[in-house]
Amino acid sequence: MSGDDFSESLEGIYHIQGRDFVDAGIVSSEVKKSLQGKGISESIIRRIAVITFEAEINIISYAEQGTIQLFIEPDAVIIEANDAGPGIADIDLALQEGYSTADDSIRELGFGAGMGLCNIKKFSDIFELTSLVGQGTYLRSIVKLNG
Amino acid sequence: MLNARVIVGEDKLDIEITTAFGADLMSDVLSFARSGCLLITGLSNPQAVRTAYALDISAILVCRGKSLTDKFIEIARELGIPILWTRFIMFESCGRLFQEGLTGCIRKTDGTEEKTIVR
Repeated sequence: MSGDDFSESLEGIYHIQGRDFVDAGIVSSEVKKSLQGKGISESIIRRIAVITFEAEINIISYAEQGTIQLFIEPDAVIIEANDAGPGIADIDLALQEGYSTADDSIRELGFGAGMGLCNIKKFSDIFELTSLVGQGTYLRSIVKLNG
Repeated sequence: MLNARVIVGEDKLDIEITTAFGADLMSDVLSFARSGCLLITGLSNPQAVRTAYALDISAILVCRGKSLTDKFIEIARELGIPILWTRFIMFESCGRLFQEGLTGCIRKTDGTEEKTIVR
C-alpha cells in the first residue's frame, strides 16, 4: 500500500526489522539528526521525532518488517510508515487511548500502553491510517512547517 | 540531596534545569514532557535515552538504583544526554527536587494551570 507520490522530496528511507527491540528508537534519532540544520524549527523537529518514534515502535512490535520514509516538501514534512504485519482489524478501536495488544517485551521498553497511535495523531497536522488484515498497515503523518 | 552519581556528562554540570517530568512509560514522556526538563525515570534502557533525545530533554535522572547497561551509557554519550543515578525511589527523588524549587514541566495533562509553555 502507498499514498501519493512524494518521491522527488524523499529525504530518507529507514528499514526496520520486526522484534529488534535493542535498537528500537534509532530511526527516530537518525531522522532527528537528518532534519537538523535544514532551517526547520526545533519544536517541529521534536514533533517529527515523536511521530517517528511511535511509528517505529509499532513496526518493531507487530510486524515482520517495515519501512519509514521521510519526505521534505516546501511546506511540510511527511512521515510514511509501511509494514508487512498482521494489520489492524478495527482502526477506531486501535485509536482509542489505552487499547493495546502489546506483549511484555514491548512494555519492558516503556511502550505498549495503547498510546502510540494517539501520540502520532496528536503531533500530526494530518494523520491517515489504513490497514488490511493479514497484509499490513500504512500510516501517513503530515507536519506542516508554517503553523 | 539525592546522593546522585554523574554517569554521563561530567562536562555539563553547569546546565540549568528548572522543570522536570517523572515517568517509566516512554509514551507518556513523548506525549507530555517538554524540552529542557529533567526526566526522572526508573527505565534505564536505550529507549529512555532516545526518548530524551527526541524531545531535547536536558538530562535523565535514573532512580531506584536501576542497573545501567554499557549500551545505555554508550548511547547517552553518543547523543549527548547527561545521566544522573540515585538509589532514591521516584517519589522521594521528585519530592526532594520539588522542595528545592524544581516544578513540573507541565502541571496537568489538560493544559490547565500552566505557568509557562515551552513547546
